[in-house]
Amino acid sequence: MRTKPVSSAHAAYLRHLRREARAVRLCRIGILAGVLLLWELGAVLHWFDPFILSSPSRVAQTIARLYADGSLWLHIGTTLLETVLGFLAGTALGALVAVLLWWLPRLNRILDPYLVVLNALPKIALGPVLIVWIGAGMASIVVMGILVSLVVTTVTVLNGFLAATDEKQLLMRTLGATKLQIFTKVVLPAGVPDLIAALKISVGMSWVGVIVGEYLVSKAGLGYLIVYGGQVFKLDLVMASVTILCVLAALMYYAVAFLEKKVRP
Amino acid sequence: MPSELMTLSGVSHSFCTVAGETAAIQNLNLTVSEGEFLAIVGPSGCGKTTVLSLIMGLMQPSAGSIRFHKPDLRLGYMLQRDHLLEHRTVEKNVLLGLEVQHRLTEQSRALANRLLDTYGLGEFRAYKPSQLSGGMRQKVALIRTLALEPDLLLLDEPFSALDYQTRLNLSDEVYRIIRGERKTAILVTHDISEAASMADRVAVFSARPATVRDTIPIRFPAELSPLERRRQPDFTVYFDRIWEALHI
Repeated sequence: MRTKPVSSAHAAYLRHLRREARAVRLCRIGILAGVLLLWELGAVLHWFDPFILSSPSRVAQTIARLYADGSLWLHIGTTLLETVLGFLAGTALGALVAVLLWWLPRLNRILDPYLVVLNALPKIALGPVLIVWIGAGMASIVVMGILVSLVVTTVTVLNGFLAATDEKQLLMRTLGATKLQIFTKVVLPAGVPDLIAALKISVGMSWVGVIVGEYLVSKAGLGYLIVYGGQVFKLDLVMASVTILCVLAALMYYAVAFLEKKVRP
Repeated sequence: MPSELMTLSGVSHSFCTVAGETAAIQNLNLTVSEGEFLAIVGPSGCGKTTVLSLIMGLMQPSAGSIRFHKPDLRLGYMLQRDHLLEHRTVEKNVLLGLEVQHRLTEQSRALANRLLDTYGLGEFRAYKPSQLSGGMRQKVALIRTLALEPDLLLLDEPFSALDYQTRLNLSDEVYRIIRGERKTAILVTHDISEAASMADRVAVFSARPATVRDTIPIRFPAELSPLERRRQPDFTVYFDRIWEALHI
């Protein structure tokens, strides 16, 4: 949306802003194009062995080949499904736990050290345990995605809830509000930004959980392709998978960011 | 003679902390009459706010009694900070108390809107709190309290978070609003001038544990606003009397 300038100085200022934004955008595209160009050039001129480092054209060919033999969508679909499931379930459960801990301050006090340890623990260390318990399949991978995003969501959302409570509790008590009213009218609306912040963190976390899960146990998915490609020394396949992963992760992050813009006034 | 609205007799209260027990209030006796504007002045940390919390029923006194001489007496509390909710518009903020108490009707909504209109906030009803100045926000907080149609208003240093000029202007306005709506009010403050310029009577508290040291009636012609009162020759007389009572 363009703002109407109110004076010549204002018009110059707006022009300056637009020029600045354009310069930033150009630089961003320039970096990407430069990296791709150097990478390709290096492969063609044999600055390095393209068998080890691959190259943009080989990555493109690999993706085209995956597309042609029909396995591209299988791998993307598998990983995407696992990640979205892990992300949604992890965030929903994490938020629910946060509500429960807000509602029962005593439980919160009791569980605090456990939460701290769980938050600090690298959840992917539990991978082998999950496989033994749940089995070598997709369920283990999804649970990994859930675990990784659950604790961080709980901690972030709970802190947001508690901050909002401190602030407005006295007011609500002078108005004679019940605990449920304090929650629905003050704490929950004030917690929305923290909820979204948690979404942004856990969307990345779920990717970590799912890819590591696929490293450990999988028959399909981008993590599977990466591990497989590494084992049989097909670096083209590894780079192609990582490239697809980059795009997917970025798309999912921007989807959350878009949601944020919608929700926030 | 106006009838009594509330009586505090022999009220004491103490707090427990890890370090020990602190007596905040000791044997406090105080009466508020209907339509009266009472100011409570005392050194900071003397337990003025505690008195309001006790009246409001947020805490129970350790000893003594608080009696209301009107069945179902409604209380309204205005805090030092406005605590407006940013996710609500000005109008929705004003209706918050009514919503919480399940008293939101056509009538009560109309009253709230009349208050907004009468006191110059009508055109801001769709605004977010962050779009208002500090003084306006505090006025919205007052209207939020008044929308509950309280019989007794408790004002807990409502101007202390504002800059001096806003403070003088707002105390003028709040005074006009409270008089206009014929409310009984208790104002807690540490500002002697504020007390003398607004109240009908000033109760001077001692340092902790608080007790009433002196009660000073303030007599100015009824039509004078707080700012005009400050220009009266008698104003300094009252100021000095409160000052002396504080520093015996």
